[in-house]
Amino acid sequence: MEKTINVTLKVWRQAGPKAKGAFELYKLDNVSTDSSFLEMLDVLNEKLIKERKEPIVFDHDCREGICGMCSLYINGHPHGKDGETTTCQLHMRRFSDGETIVVEPWRSAAFPVIKDLMVDRSAYDKIIQAGGYVSVNTGGVPDGNAIPISKIKADEAMDAASCIGCGACAAACKNGSAMLFLAAKVSQLALLPQGRVEASARAKAMVAKMDELGFGNCTNTGACEAECPKAISISHIARLNREFLCAKFQD
Amino acid sequence: MAKIEETKIDAKIPAGPLAEKWNYYKSHQKLVNPANKRRLDVIVVGTGLAGASAAASLAELGFNVLNFCIQDSPRRAHSIAAQGGINAAKNYQNDGDSVYRLFYDTIKGGDYRAREANVHRLAEVSGNIIDQCVAQGVPFAREYGGLLDNRSFGGAQVSRTFYAKGQTGQQLLLGAYSALSRQIGQGKVKLYARYEMLDVVIIDGRARGIIARNLVTGKVERFFAHAVVIGTGGYGNTFFLSTNAMGSNGSAAVQIYKKGAYFSNPAYAQIHPTCIPVHGEYQSKLTLMSESLRNDGRIWVPKKKEDAEAIRAGKLKPTDLKEEDRDYYLERRYPAFGNLVPRDVASRAAKERCDAGFGVGNTGLAVYLDFSSAIERLGEDTIRARYGNLFQMYEKIVDDNPYKTPMMIYPAIHYTMGGIWVDYELQTSIKGLFCIGEANFSDHGANRLGASALMQGLADGYFVLPYTIQNYLSDQIQVPRMSTDLPEFDEAEKAVKDKIERIMKVQGDHSVDSIHRELGLVMWDFVGMGRNKAGLEIALEKIKQIREEFWTKVYVPGTTDGVNVELEKALRVADFIEIGELMARDALMREESCGGHFREEYQTPDGEALRNDEEFSFASCWKYNGEGQEPTLLKEALDYEFIQRQQRNYKA
Repeated sequence: MEKTINVTLKVWRQAGPKAKGAFELYKLDNVSTDSSFLEMLDVLNEKLIKERKEPIVFDHDCREGICGMCSLYINGHPHGKDGETTTCQLHMRRFSDGETIVVEPWRSAAFPVIKDLMVDRSAYDKIIQAGGYVSVNTGGVPDGNAIPISKIKADEAMDAASCIGCGACAAACKNGSAMLFLAAKVSQLALLPQGRVEASARAKAMVAKMDELGFGNCTNTGACEAECPKAISISHIARLNREFLCAKFQD
Repeated sequence: MAKIEETKIDAKIPAGPLAEKWNYYKSHQKLVNPANKRRLDVIVVGTGLAGASAAASLAELGFNVLNFCIQDSPRRAHSIAAQGGINAAKNYQNDGDSVYRLFYDTIKGGDYRAREANVHRLAEVSGNIIDQCVAQGVPFAREYGGLLDNRSFGGAQVSRTFYAKGQTGQQLLLGAYSALSRQIGQGKVKLYARYEMLDVVIIDGRARGIIARNLVTGKVERFFAHAVVIGTGGYGNTFFLSTNAMGSNGSAAVQIYKKGAYFSNPAYAQIHPTCIPVHGEYQSKLTLMSESLRNDGRIWVPKKKEDAEAIRAGKLKPTDLKEEDRDYYLERRYPAFGNLVPRDVASRAAKERCDAGFGVGNTGLAVYLDFSSAIERLGEDTIRARYGNLFQMYEKIVDDNPYKTPMMIYPAIHYTMGGIWVDYELQTSIKGLFCIGEANFSDHGANRLGASALMQGLADGYFVLPYTIQNYLSDQIQVPRMSTDLPEFDEAEKAVKDKIERIMKVQGDHSVDSIHRELGLVMWDFVGMGRNKAGLEIALEKIKQIREEFWTKVYVPGTTDGVNVELEKALRVADFIEIGELMARDALMREESCGGHFREEYQTPDGEALRNDEEFSFASCWKYNGEGQEPTLLKEALDYEFIQRQQRNYKA
């Protein structure tokens, strides 16, 4: 049955990329515990609009945990402290009555703040543009069943491919490293015969781009895996390292 | 009543036998040579399956592509949320599939309101899509022997659906996104993320560019191209609550409609039977539970009204009900297809049971989707492997464990079959302006079959548009790149800025969302699953009031500089109001029931949709006549040369 709680929100407000930001406090009463975290923010924004104040800007789109657009550091955890959950799937029943909830944007050198809780994650796109693909044009490809692929490999590739590119891994990392994001793509494609051909070159190009964009080095602490809403395993980083080293030896 | 004009609408369908039309077209169409391709610019708006695959394929061919999306990355487009799968006539299962059968199922599924030639072409290229995606590294589900696995979907008696867990849309979109990213990296596509198209620019009767707003700086900018392609998805969010993403909108479609592109069959909206029911006032969207669940889940409601009442009051649990007290109404009504009837049929059957008082959940607007017999038969592990992520999603939202107790589902707006009218070449009624994917009206008739949206989006983008657009561009090679200082650009930009200013100036006291919600309720109540003349007339009246309310009472805070989300939403809601009106108008005009369009006055004695082929075998094409004017109705006659139209039958 539906219950309601009262919460206090401590939200990061920042007018623009160069502006100085600060936390602001908002009280919100009678929040349905069945509502999602973002629906709670919608209610707060409606209230702000009614008070003729500027609503809080945050990224979101599909609201079913797959597009990777929503972000938010909630009480010190990317996407909140629930495991395997994106912010849009986090529900208010996970919070208690009277709780103060701290809401911040991703804090990472490579993801500058645009406004309030919205950040620029185009660096992730640039890493993919550097090599996160199989170099085939449309048409002229063999039949889908021409190359059998073991179910185990296909399933493992699928697990890596589940990455939604939300940026939680880099945001969680104290070095601001994008290794888990990058490794998921390298690993997915290296596991499949279609992607095997360019595996080494891909790893090298993507790592070089990551370094260039200001992401840090891997800390091996596993914070990325712990916070990943899709439970991408850090074992993919091991596969990336193997591909990367092989490429370096070939140089 | 609408003005009707007897202009002949020419869809430019090639002559010849059905199965040879596309080959004939490809062999005889005009092409652009590689040196000339470099001199031609194409704007693609949207980066979903259709937009991304088109942008990537056109760039691979050598055209210069400018690609726009409203999100922060092309990978966010809502195609990513498609769950169940993609159809293709591969017949890998040796179960009797063929190009013809996929064509036939799609035409029948669309209730004989689609164009035969387009649908056949779709079925022909379906196999190429699977090959292409495999080559890109899309990790489709496989059998232990290493070959591709299939599952079955509604409206088909063969297993032709390819899938990647419950995340097929995600994997296909990421495949197209990777192909697109490769072209961006090579400089052949210039990406404009966080940009929203606000108008198309027409010069001498041809589309020559767009006006777009940079959503970060707020600046309104101009872009030229030799041709413009719209792939911006459907308009389901007219209903406020739908399974679409929050940002999904129909604005690009409205903009080009107002510039002269016909809007076709707006009334055809698909209501998906398996969504998580509405549960609160604060709710922002509805979540779909993949149709694939109907492979193993059985849909039922209590057989006795008193049991349904007890369940609604919380006095009885569904698991307490004995087998003989359950009404598996789809299996009862449609023995041949059972739980796998098409979406429109399943949705109406759920509504019928709930309206009759057998619904469950505290609102009475829900039915059960039960996996207990599948779990008994196959074990919990198998079910987890097939649908794990969907079960998890359900549990997160509803806080109920679907392995232990049946899921509750109810129909919700999901997809719009209607859209911008296009000819066989996917060109709109404006020269040089093309429309692909869900944004166009072309292939699904009055109802789309499951796993066919992904197929159509990718067919358009990978295998159809890259051919047909060349037939247009071949005579544009002499046209130099034009300056965006031309008066047509000035005028279009001014109109956009005026509209923005007009919205900002209202300074009323209604939030954008509150008006959108109001519109959504009118749409759901009167233009939803069951429509009738009186209701549609009320809807038209109410929408008129909502439009008035919007332009006099909306409040958009902030300024036009920088990020202003409320302004973005306001511009879209203004267009949803236009679409809502067009939908109601089209639904009122179409005095028959077909597919997703169900007019209560026109049904068979056992409650099935009753078509009227004599009078309504046409695609409606609405032509804009200016603000405050009634649009004109034009008709594209649907000639069925190859298939005999029948009343759809999923019973035997």
